This record gives sequence, structure tokens and C-alpha cells, in this order.
Amino acid sequence: MIGRAAKHRDSALWIAAMVHRVSGLALAIFLPLHFLALGLALESEARLESFLRWSDQPLVKAAEIALVFLFTAHLLGGLRILVIENFDWRDGQKQLATLAAALSAIVAFAFLVRVF
Amino acid sequence: MNVRLYLWQRATAAVMAPLVVVHIAVIFYATRHGMSAADILSRTRGSIAWAAFYGLFVSAVSIHASIGVRNVLSEWTPLNERSVDACAVFFGLVLAVLGLRAVAAVVLP
Amino acid sequence: MTTELSVSLWRGAQNGRYETYRVPQRQSQTVLDVVTFVQRHIDPTLSYRFACRVGVCGSCAMTVNGKPRWTCRTHVAKVAGGGRLEIGPLANLPVIKDLATDMQPFFEKWQQAKSAFAPTKTRHDAIARIRPDTPARKAADAAIECINCGVCYAACDTVRWNADYLGPAALTRAWTLVNDERDGGNIARLEAIAGAGGCHACHSHQSCQELCPQALNPTAAIAGLKRRTAAAYLKGEIKV
Repeated sequence: MIGRAAKHRDSALWIAAMVHRVSGLALAIFLPLHFLALGLALESEARLESFLRWSDQPLVKAAEIALVFLFTAHLLGGLRILVIENFDWRDGQKQLATLAAALSAIVAFAFLVRVF
Repeated sequence: MNVRLYLWQRATAAVMAPLVVVHIAVIFYATRHGMSAADILSRTRGSIAWAAFYGLFVSAVSIHASIGVRNVLSEWTPLNERSVDACAVFFGLVLAVLGLRAVAAVVLP
Repeated sequence: MTTELSVSLWRGAQNGRYETYRVPQRQSQTVLDVVTFVQRHIDPTLSYRFACRVGVCGSCAMTVNGKPRWTCRTHVAKVAGGGRLEIGPLANLPVIKDLATDMQPFFEKWQQAKSAFAPTKTRHDAIARIRPDTPARKAADAAIECINCGVCYAACDTVRWNADYLGPAALTRAWTLVNDERDGGNIARLEAIAGAGGCHACHSHQSCQELCPQALNPTAAIAGLKRRTAAAYLKGEIKV
């Protein structure tokens, strides 16, 4: 391969695009599992309840916090795209991208406080 | 990606944006109140509103996520176009079937 | 006593290697000066491309420390951290030799995007009177100064990942033509950029916009094309 990793990939907007893509992949992997868990209610309420109790452990809660972060980040990253593609060009996008990252972290942190 | 897939993906994204915000609020509400399965199901069972809300959400995400995954497979793997299409359709169906099943699980009386 | 730069230059074709040369650092030196020094005083077999040397032709674009830039407009003092430079040919294009790439794929995609003016009048018709202040003309003018240097194409990850992708330069020129009221080729053009490899493949990474030496904004132009093709498709004007 010619040359090392291109330096422009340290731009806030490039990172925003990557977070958007990776979070989408993570959510895509998570969703079928989420649906299967909820589907336990078809067996019985007790079955769902025992699953919810199982998910109370710290490792699962940590994963849920990560998911909330990824979910929020994916939403905000998607809004970035929808705005670029449907409205007039705006400057200051790097600052907005950084703000979006901070907002996702805040939402995830608020969730952390709730569950721990 | 072409204009047809693009429109489906962006449209479902726009539809889902407010649904996502509501869902995050639901997550926070449920965890704040330490809701049990009984608490959750007593609210969702027989509810047309929740059925409509999550039915729409599942339908939209099945389309949106399968197109997104298709893009990633097309750009980051050596799979050819037909394989990529097949994977995407399969994944979309998996999400739709499991998702609507999950919605049924919580809203059917 | 002059300091010396440690300069790694790509030698060979697609399969090659970096070779290191020592070049005296001079005041106001550009990266093109460095490459020229190597070819004139150290190794005359080095191949590279340049023309104007003053930042108006775009011929000297190369990858400098990982970023595609015009070497005649890149001051060594600004990029040579610790006295080191790594210079390679532009990415995403076949390498002919050393620092010179084959620009043919770049221009072929230009043609595939139908990014050429399709006239509707002849020399016997009156000259078209175009107002410079209409929104369409302003949009076209903001995107028209592309000199095909290839920096955006080399910077684009989607070009790297998607062999069909027409790329930011071809699409930006298409945008100027879509906004040109004299042009008569829009249906064919919109169809050409609405399929696989068209404008919808763009993920708005904005590397093109950040690095364009002419300060053009291909991301915005492509966003405009996404809207145009979507509208045309929904109205049944184009088929995909």
C-alpha cells in the first residue's frame, strides 16, 4: 500500500461519518437480539421477567449504556446527513459534530446514572 | 446505492427520527421506574397506540437498516452486487419478522 | 549551516517502495522545490509532473505526509514535522512511475457522468443572455472553477471503497451543468448520476471540500444533485 493512513482522517467530520457507520453496524447486530428478547413475552410474562432480571447485572447494563450512546450518536449523525442533503449549506459543521458527540455522551451518562 | 434505495433510506430515516427520540424517552422512563415485565406489559397489552408506534418503527428500521448494511457490505467486503443484495434482503426480512413478532408479543392481549 | 530534510519518495509503479533522500532545507521552500532538487541533483531518473509552479494549473498534486495537495503551494516549513517528508503519487489512481499517476480513470468518470456541456443553440442563434445573479447561476459559478487536479478524487474514501463511484470532481461539474440554463442534456445526465456509483454513493465525509485547493465544495454540489435526481425520479422524468 502506498503511503500511510491519510492524515485528513483526523477531521471531526470524517470521524462523525465513521461513528455513524460503526454505530449503525452495532445497532444492526443488536436489533435481532433485542427483538428476540421482547418476543419472550409470547411464552409468558414470567419468561420476560426473568430475562429482565438477568439483564440487571453490571456487564449487561454497561452494554446498554454503550448502546444508548451509539443509538443517540447514530440519530445525530443521521440528522447531520439529512440537513446537508436537504437544506442550504451551513458552515460551522465541525463544531456541530463535536457538539453531537458531547450530547451523545451526556445522554449515555444520564442513562448510566439511572441504572447504576 | 442508487436514487431508489437512497429515497427509501432517507425517507425511513426522517420518519424514524422522532420515533427514536420517543423510544429513548421510553427507555429512560422504564429504567427510572425500575419497571418489571408486568409493569411494561400492563401498559402495552391491548394498546393500539403502542402497536401503531412500534409497528411503524419496526417496518421503517427493517428497510433502513437493510439498505445501510447493504452499503457497508458493498464498500467494505469483496462480495459482488448480487450477493450484497441477497444479504440485504435477507437481513431486512429477519428484522421485519422478528420485529413484528416482538411487537405482537407485547401488544397482543 | 543549513538543516537537512529527510525526504521519502515513492519509486516504482504500483509495486514499488519508498526511498529516502537528504535535501537541504531552504527558506520559503515548497514541496515541489524538494522534489525538483532530488531530480536535478541526486537522481535524474525520478519521474514527477508539474507545469506552472505557481498554483494555477493543478498538475503537481501529490500525496504529502498522507494528504493530497498541490506541491507547489505547500510550504515545507508547514508540513515537515521533525524535518521529515513522505511524498507519494496521488491515491486512487494507477501509478505510471514514481510520483506520476495515470489520470485516465479520473477523466473517464467525467465522461460517464455526462459532465460535458450539451448545447441547444448554434452559432447562428443570438448569444444567450445569462443573468449572473439567479440562484442557479450562482450555484453553477460557485462550483465552476475546477481545474481537474484530482486532489478531491484522491482524498475521497468512497472512491477508494467503491470502484463505480464517479467521484467529487465529475459530480461537481455535473452540478454546474444541471444549473446551466443553456444546457440541453439534463435527462441523460441525471440518469447517468442516479445509478450505482452516482451521487447517492457519497457519504458526506467532506474530505473533498476540506482539501480542494480551489476552495470548491463538492459535498454541497453533490447534495444538490441528490435533491435534483430524487425530484426527477419521483416525477418519473428519469428511470434507474
